Amino acid sequence: MTAADALLEVRSLTRRFAGVCAVDGVSFSVGRGQVHAVIGPNGAGKTTLFNLITGFDSPTVGEVRFEGHAVSGLPPHRLAGLGIGRTFQTPQICAELSALENVMLGAHLRLRRNPVAAMLRLGGIVQRDRALREKAAELLAFVGIGTSGDVPGRGMAYGDLKRLEIARALAAEPRLLCLDEPAAGLNPRETRDLGELIRGIADSGVTVMLVEHDMRLVMSLSQHIIVLNYGRKIAEGAPDEVNRDAEVLSAYLGVHG
Amino acid sequence: MLAEFLQFLFSGLTVGATYALAALGFTIVYNASNVINFAQGEFLMLGGMLAVFLLEIGLPSWVALPAAILLVAAIGVAVERLAIRPARDAEVVTLVIITLGVSLVLRGAIQMWRGTATHALPPFSGDTPIMVAGAALAPQSLWVIGVAAAAVALLWWFFERTRWGKAMVATASNRLAARLVGVRIEVVLMLSFALSAALGALGGIIVAPITLTSFDVGIMLGLKGFVAAVLGGLGSGVGAVAGGLLLGVLEAMAAGYVSSSYKDAVPFVVILLLFMFLPRGMFGAHAPERV
Amino acid sequence: MRLGSRGVGLAMTGIGLAILPLLLPNAFWYDLATRAAINAVVVIGLNLLIGYAGQISLGHAGFVGIGAYASAVLTSRLGWPPIAAMAAGALATAFLALLVARPILRLRGHALAMATLGLGIILSMIFTNESQWTGGPDGIVVRPFSLLGLAIAGERQWYWLCAALLLVTLWAAGNLVDSPFGRAMRALHTAEPAAKAVGVDPAAVKASIFVLSAVGASLMGSLTAHYVGFVTPQVASFLTSVELLTMVVVGGMASLAGSVVGAAVLTVLPQLLTRFEGAETAAFGLVLVATMIAMPRGLVPTLRERLGR
Repeated sequence: MTAADALLEVRSLTRRFAGVCAVDGVSFSVGRGQVHAVIGPNGAGKTTLFNLITGFDSPTVGEVRFEGHAVSGLPPHRLAGLGIGRTFQTPQICAELSALENVMLGAHLRLRRNPVAAMLRLGGIVQRDRALREKAAELLAFVGIGTSGDVPGRGMAYGDLKRLEIARALAAEPRLLCLDEPAAGLNPRETRDLGELIRGIADSGVTVMLVEHDMRLVMSLSQHIIVLNYGRKIAEGAPDEVNRDAEVLSAYLGVHG
Repeated sequence: MLAEFLQFLFSGLTVGATYALAALGFTIVYNASNVINFAQGEFLMLGGMLAVFLLEIGLPSWVALPAAILLVAAIGVAVERLAIRPARDAEVVTLVIITLGVSLVLRGAIQMWRGTATHALPPFSGDTPIMVAGAALAPQSLWVIGVAAAAVALLWWFFERTRWGKAMVATASNRLAARLVGVRIEVVLMLSFALSAALGALGGIIVAPITLTSFDVGIMLGLKGFVAAVLGGLGSGVGAVAGGLLLGVLEAMAAGYVSSSYKDAVPFVVILLLFMFLPRGMFGAHAPERV
Repeated sequence: MRLGSRGVGLAMTGIGLAILPLLLPNAFWYDLATRAAINAVVVIGLNLLIGYAGQISLGHAGFVGIGAYASAVLTSRLGWPPIAAMAAGALATAFLALLVARPILRLRGHALAMATLGLGIILSMIFTNESQWTGGPDGIVVRPFSLLGLAIAGERQWYWLCAALLLVTLWAAGNLVDSPFGRAMRALHTAEPAAKAVGVDPAAVKASIFVLSAVGASLMGSLTAHYVGFVTPQVASFLTSVELLTMVVVGGMASLAGSVVGAAVLTVLPQLLTRFEGAETAAFGLVLVATMIAMPRGLVPTLRERLGR
């Protein structure tokens, strides 16, 4: 894969926090239309890496390029405009809004955001809102919680909240969707359903990148895996390559040799 | 020139010492409970007003003044138990409003009881000014600074050397850990309010001979005390004292050299500038925010 | 908030406001109703900022003061037409709010409270000290209000004007809450990372709602100046800011109906207590404390919950 094909490029990305190097010189490329995973033991720097890519943190050294543009250090809302979406390890759902409205929030950048126009009902805001409601309902159905439209955020089950996050992220029509431990807290059946959902998303043309601990899910879903340990990339490749890599094994099992 | 400057410096340090005591009160309560007690200023007011009343009914000053302080400390405990404790886990907005409400209650009650007149406390040792390099220093100023310094020293001893003081420091640093080693958080909270109320009352009493007292002095004193606490870095005792003194001097200098009608604006201009450029204050203990 | 129920609520409020004059026995009550309506408009704006967007403002009366004094000074001392003076006040407020919005709204919690408090107090001091313009602590007389040559005079006309304004404000605020901007604003309150991740610019949204609610306060300040006929620095005082905050909080944060209820209750209540000096203040304080402890979400949301709606 040449640099020109890469959707996302991470070059020598480093993040230091007062003496601790959470991410240390990590470089890799993410190609379009596949499922990519970042794995590693606890504390390996996966979440920091994610935050660096999605704008919730800035690198000390190194850069992130998305579709050829340098994006490191840009705030998350700018990255959203460029086509990067994400979900969060702990679902960030607005409890006051209904499930449907939470999803509609995802389409924020596609709508007329001017408050004065909103107050006076100008510029077709109401009609577009109605159209958006339908699209949001479709997304809810797509992620498997189609019946929960009017339920307020605070009344939903944990597993449903995680799906809601995905629906909201999809409403923004991202080209790269970053999922932060989507299977955390889910039981095996829910995890299997999640895997099918993610496959469906990838099939629809969205490039997916996930941070995950559930190995079965990662191995079954991803075409490309990046392994981190102590902030450094120690392996990269297709699932079966990574599976047999000695360094990866020792990182996970503590076997030194 | 020098005389004028010294004059401003003295009056600045005097009122600054009061701000320092108010600021310490804020800091103690904030450290123990993460609450900014907007009613702190009313403790200063209550100290002065109650002292005036107790003197009026004939108590000798060596009884009246300490009694006033103890009464206000008791009121502080009552505030904690009745208004703060029931809402301890509420949002910041809620707690701000509750303490604002408490300050209204205290102020309104005193207004109903004593009206809106101003009262004076007699100076502790007469009012013949002492001349220092051409500047007139009121003896009460020395009392203010001296008593405040003694109070700070006593506080230091309390926090460093006594069991309850150390318990309070532990609670401020890590409440869960403190509870696990047996510190009774409820008592620490009551103590913190009692202490900050007493400090406030003391501050109000020692400065009353100079600035007079009435039912509404609490607002400004409290707000300025809060500014001083934030200036020094909310959560830092040293910072509170430094912030208070600095603020007092800044205010006096501004009143003397710039404009005396806007001197009360100085703390607020300072706080606005501070928040925009230095949210952690001079000694940066905690940034005054709850994320 | 579904559109259907919003329309019903609006219609019912409109009917209520139309019927109310039939129940008001005399000019005193007309006055109270008018003041309550004016307060309600300010409170709705403040509630959008505090209840929906999750910010805090302890100095909002300062903005009311800008509008009041702009109208007072420009009409009485410089002979401007009232509408122009009102617009000038609103513009000045918008300018100031824009200037301070971004630096101040970066702060949270107590820091934000303190910064807005400082702003309000500085404004109120300016109004008190610049007596050549503002008449100082004694205040300044204001010319009567007139719109394109038509004077508004008498308590009935003022009531209808303010009631109509209240209705329009409720309609506009409801539209705002249900719009993309409104959802972004509400998301910033409880799920800011998620909002950022979908493209909401927190600083811009917070600044916008801050400016909007400030301008609303200013416009109502201008109207109040003309209605009362007199402006003193009290209009911009810390205590007035606290009163406004109380109305938001007691009525119900993030509740438009609550804003109206809060404004109504807390405009009428003090009037019944003016016999005792200081009782008004203490009563306000007690209401605040009791409500925050027993009903932290305010009257209307708590009642809604209890009645299971």
